[in-house]
Amino acid sequence: MRNAGLLVQALRDPASLADPDWSGLIAAARAEQLLGSLAVRLEGMKLPAKIATILEAARRDSAHARTQALWEAEMARRALVPTGIPVILLKGTAFHAAGLDAHQGRSVGDLDILVPRERIEEAEAALIAAGWERIKSAEGYDDLYYRQWMHELPPLIHRDRDRMIDVHHTILPLTARPTPDAAALIADSVVLDGGLRVLLPADMIVHAAAHLLADGDLAGGLRNLWDIDRLLREFAADPGFWPTLVERARRHQLGNAVGRALRLASRLYGTPVDHAVAGRARWSDRLFAARLLARNGWGQERRKALRFAFYIRSHWLRMPPLMLARHLWTKARA
Amino acid sequence: MRNSLALQIGPVAFRVGSVWRAPIEALAGLYAGYPAPEDGICDFTVRLEPEKPWRRWLRPSVAIQGDYILPDAAPLPLGMGLLAAEMGMNLQMALGQKRYLLLHAASVEKDGRALILTGESGAGKSTFAALLGERGWRLMGDEFALLDLETGMLRAFPRAVSLKNGAIALMEREVIPTRFGPRLDGTPKGSIRHMRPDAAAIARMGEGARPALLLFPRFGAAEAVRPVGQAEIFMRLTQASTNYVALGAAGFDALTRLVSTIPSAAVDYPDTDTAIGLVDELWRQAA
Amino acid sequence: MAAPRYIADPEDQVRIVALDGLSVIFHAPSGMTHIVAPPTPEILTALRKGPADAAELLRRLSAHYEIEGDDVAARLNELEAAGLVRRA
Repeated sequence: MRNAGLLVQALRDPASLADPDWSGLIAAARAEQLLGSLAVRLEGMKLPAKIATILEAARRDSAHARTQALWEAEMARRALVPTGIPVILLKGTAFHAAGLDAHQGRSVGDLDILVPRERIEEAEAALIAAGWERIKSAEGYDDLYYRQWMHELPPLIHRDRDRMIDVHHTILPLTARPTPDAAALIADSVVLDGGLRVLLPADMIVHAAAHLLADGDLAGGLRNLWDIDRLLREFAADPGFWPTLVERARRHQLGNAVGRALRLASRLYGTPVDHAVAGRARWSDRLFAARLLARNGWGQERRKALRFAFYIRSHWLRMPPLMLARHLWTKARA
Repeated sequence: MRNSLALQIGPVAFRVGSVWRAPIEALAGLYAGYPAPEDGICDFTVRLEPEKPWRRWLRPSVAIQGDYILPDAAPLPLGMGLLAAEMGMNLQMALGQKRYLLLHAASVEKDGRALILTGESGAGKSTFAALLGERGWRLMGDEFALLDLETGMLRAFPRAVSLKNGAIALMEREVIPTRFGPRLDGTPKGSIRHMRPDAAAIARMGEGARPALLLFPRFGAAEAVRPVGQAEIFMRLTQASTNYVALGAAGFDALTRLVSTIPSAAVDYPDTDTAIGLVDELWRQAA
Repeated sequence: MAAPRYIADPEDQVRIVALDGLSVIFHAPSGMTHIVAPPTPEILTALRKGPADAAELLRRLSAHYEIEGDDVAARLNELEAAGLVRRA
């Protein structure tokens, strides 16, 4: 298995699988954090006994991931509700809390939340009072770097549960060129039972596209793109969704990222998209797709040069060149 | 990958790939007689790769990669490639096994019932289980005991036994040379030699057993048998399990059932003959 | 200022198993397991009757057990930190 095309095919059209390289499929799914999603897509199909067993265990693991994610959100809620600070859940935890399709099989790492920038210190203090702690290694230069330039506090970790929370005040680093409207993200957020919030559907897509394309080197991109596929299919049922997406993408200065994300989702996962919103296909879409698929049947990363190019690009996107040079210089001296 | 081997061990199938041939040859020799995975489908993948591209040839060093990895693990010299493969398989189980409750314990079987030996690393349970395996018991596993959540039965997982330092000579006296892998000196844990379980353990790897007795053996003290509180056992077993938390309510139910239904004891012994005598006596009592 | 009142999760979300003098608790909402000594399991059971502050709990428990007020308050703090009870 040369690249992750088999994994994409299995997610996109499970019924089309005919005597595939099962070991390769499982290894690629594990490597791309998509085993849980694969288990959801293949449920109920006639499968070799061994595969059915592996996927059954993956479903149990997904249930546990959901429990943990919701619990971290609940404990954050208990700590922050008394302060009155609006707390917006982001990424996987938001999908679980809002019961979106995208939550199925979705593993979750840290808890990511968004709060108003002017209340971020207050939020940190409330979390520390409730048992979260700063991570020791985040002292000194990196801590300063985080607070001044990044869009989040250095991560906090809970002293008993050993789980991390990332508190953001916007969805992209302050040094990146697009400047999303954080106040609008918060003002237009949707409240859930219990008081926690999630982003407006269109904003969720904008955030997912930003996360996929403007904030990283596309590592783990197949999973981010799968999130976008699942979200779009659910949100597109609302006729007002596409115009809202256009408006929000423009407001957050992320029109390019959203367009690219839609085209990649359509290209790889066959996601139904509004082609006017997605924009004309670009030659570079091919490079992005190749980068996303750069994983072979042994779970190894392939296309080293391509991956390196995207790695450089990701740092370029986060930081103007002079700042980047200064940052890398200081890190090298440390 | 250019060199690879696929193995079925109890209910788990591994494939181990390597850029170098030697570790795969050593692995194939150690696991002679083990079946290939059914349908060729593998649960877990281990990869032995150079840490940096030039370390493939220049002072070759093996980084342990695979489905699940430890990010800061130090690579091993190529001469210890077999150890790297074994550590890789352990890692996949520790981090990826979600079907069976994993206990860090050795287990042996007699008459369809299982004796579970657990306790601190270095207390000698691995060696003790290997020895029992040569004295009329069937070795089910020396590193991991697999508890089926639905049935409460133990599944066999007979990997090669990892013998360290003094235990190597002890087992060399008991077992024919062809069942051993190479002796590896200077490893992070001292000298290591791997030993293949006997033919019966391999042939019967698909047979489970009902847990019947749980012991905490401790080598090097005067002979003694002490009771252990159930709550203490429960706590020690959760600490000895890498996947207890991930298994949620099912794990809790299986473990409370195990702890409250089978007898247990802490056993101190000055030498192996005493130990075997104690075990026989406690086993009789547990029947 | 009124003393805080506490709520525990319903019975079907909390499994308590007694093992020789101590209890192991599986708390489904968090997926966490706890090992606790008396009077902690008794406090959780007493809270099932309805939300209560420390004084009310002491009354409920004293009907069946000998127990100190300080004990109840200390255990409630621990239970709150562990997520097993929350403020009403």
